[in-house]
Amino acid sequence: MPKGILVVLEQYNGELRKVSLELLSEGRRLADAAGLTLTGVLLGQEIKNLAAVAASQGADRVIVVEDAALKDYTTGAYTSVLNRIIRQEDPEVVFMGNTGMGRDLAPRLAQRLGVGSASDCVAVTVDSTYKLRFRRPIYAGKAYAEVATEARPILATIRPNSFSITPPNPDRQAEVVEATATIDANDLQAIVKEVVRQASSRPELTDANIIVSGGRAMKNAENFRLLEELADTIGAAIGASRAAVDSGYREYKYQVGQTGKTVAPTLYIACGISGAIQHLAGMGSSKFIVAINKDPEANIFTVADYGIVGDLYEIVPLLTEEFKKQLA
Amino acid sequence: MVCLKQTFDTEAKIVINSQGKIDSTGVNLIMNPYDEFAVEEGIRLKEKFGGEVTVLSMGGAKVNEVLRTALAMGADKAVAIQDPALEGSDEWVTAAVLAKAVQAIPFDIILSGRIAIDDGSSQVPTRLAEILSIPSVSSVTELKIEDKNATVTRDIDGGSEIIEVPLPAVITAQKGLNEPRYPSVAGIMKAKKKELKTLNLADLGLSAADSVTQGAKMKVLQVSLPPARQGGRLIQGEPAQAVADLVMALMKEAKVI
Repeated sequence: MPKGILVVLEQYNGELRKVSLELLSEGRRLADAAGLTLTGVLLGQEIKNLAAVAASQGADRVIVVEDAALKDYTTGAYTSVLNRIIRQEDPEVVFMGNTGMGRDLAPRLAQRLGVGSASDCVAVTVDSTYKLRFRRPIYAGKAYAEVATEARPILATIRPNSFSITPPNPDRQAEVVEATATIDANDLQAIVKEVVRQASSRPELTDANIIVSGGRAMKNAENFRLLEELADTIGAAIGASRAAVDSGYREYKYQVGQTGKTVAPTLYIACGISGAIQHLAGMGSSKFIVAINKDPEANIFTVADYGIVGDLYEIVPLLTEEFKKQLA
Repeated sequence: MVCLKQTFDTEAKIVINSQGKIDSTGVNLIMNPYDEFAVEEGIRLKEKFGGEVTVLSMGGAKVNEVLRTALAMGADKAVAIQDPALEGSDEWVTAAVLAKAVQAIPFDIILSGRIAIDDGSSQVPTRLAEILSIPSVSSVTELKIEDKNATVTRDIDGGSEIIEVPLPAVITAQKGLNEPRYPSVAGIMKAKKKELKTLNLADLGLSAADSVTQGAKMKVLQVSLPPARQGGRLIQGEPAQAVADLVMALMKEAKVI
């Protein structure tokens, strides 16, 4: 009896997160290739309506667990519930996003299940013996490791933007299984007192399709407004180099690089970034890189697909205007 | 108790040797940057509440160097776990071995970095908490302790959350938790006299052949360097023209917008 693929779905503001749609799309492709069932798991409160979205994106079955204790993610409660579901379902592999939740949940859950977990994977392949292999960056992308495990199930967190999203099919139906949450008392020790979301109209940095990023040449925090105008014109997130963050121009959460976030957008626009090795590690797997820098010798040009040697204070506003004109 | 790891410097270039492994020859080794926040937080807790900070690391031949750095910062005792049989251990084995060492030392809280910048797996501290059956909170930017409870601020995607958790617990440090101190000259002198114990598998009641050390779950099949990116096209011309050409290239050639 072939075992299935399980995807732990994540919702934000009442919608499935983009990475969850990516996992369902890739899960569907793998399931079709290997003749497996694709099951989505939804944990939370008042989230049942998202089962239809998961179905349209390729799930054969959706397990829904609604409980007040699952409203906000906590390591313990989610581990408790998923441990039971996974033991019962006995899947071949469990995918989750390499998000704030996935990074925290996967190791705890893997330890409880007594299995291995592949963190922050960017590709999943099936080898000649039908075994899954995972490709994951090490040294923040300065190198890659191919990993595999004999233990089942395999847990894997997948980096956002690694898989393309299949167009949803609204006619697709899935079997919806409602389960009750059984949570061990020992798993309810940590209590979420408050969740603070910073309102932003821009996409989350690690999810974003386009990132506009600034370096030391931004000179101060105010000048980032130039990048924000460009970002808002093309629907991009804002990033920053370590030099810009260490100089106090931008908060740490915007930092891209080995000691910040690792990103893989479709388009990365580096403005006034020299291209230190630790920055290149964090954005080198972007599909397309544009560099704007005054210094023609800047290292960033060695990785950029397109470059303009020039003053970012002149080039960036022109770029914003040109995009406005072309996108109007 | 602070668990830390020795890693390559962030400036290090990665080279793969003829055995297909990462070559550490000539690479400058540092304390994993996120572990510095954990060590600093441990020392601050000691300064506020008293007690003792023990730093623990499993690593290679030079692991004592980072432990000495932590002692010079102000930690009191250090334990190094070194055994050739542990080379290349996965997260499962590492957590199991650390748990063995931790269980022999009384602790109120375990601190560690949220991720190691080398393997980037961010699993070991959380696995350790599961083995010890205590709660864990990862990626913490603020830690307040009152009686036997901690109130922590944790980084989440697009914001933060405040969590209350009873101690003992495992807390992993995110940048922003504190500003790690540099070891002072006096600190470095004092560190030389502090206790640094080196344990091998036998000291922990383990062996190279038992189920703990043989229990690795993940196998690394291959390491490789990313495909080298080619520098592309420099767009020449007057700024306005260059920008127009760039936008056209992005929309028509690359089709990324």
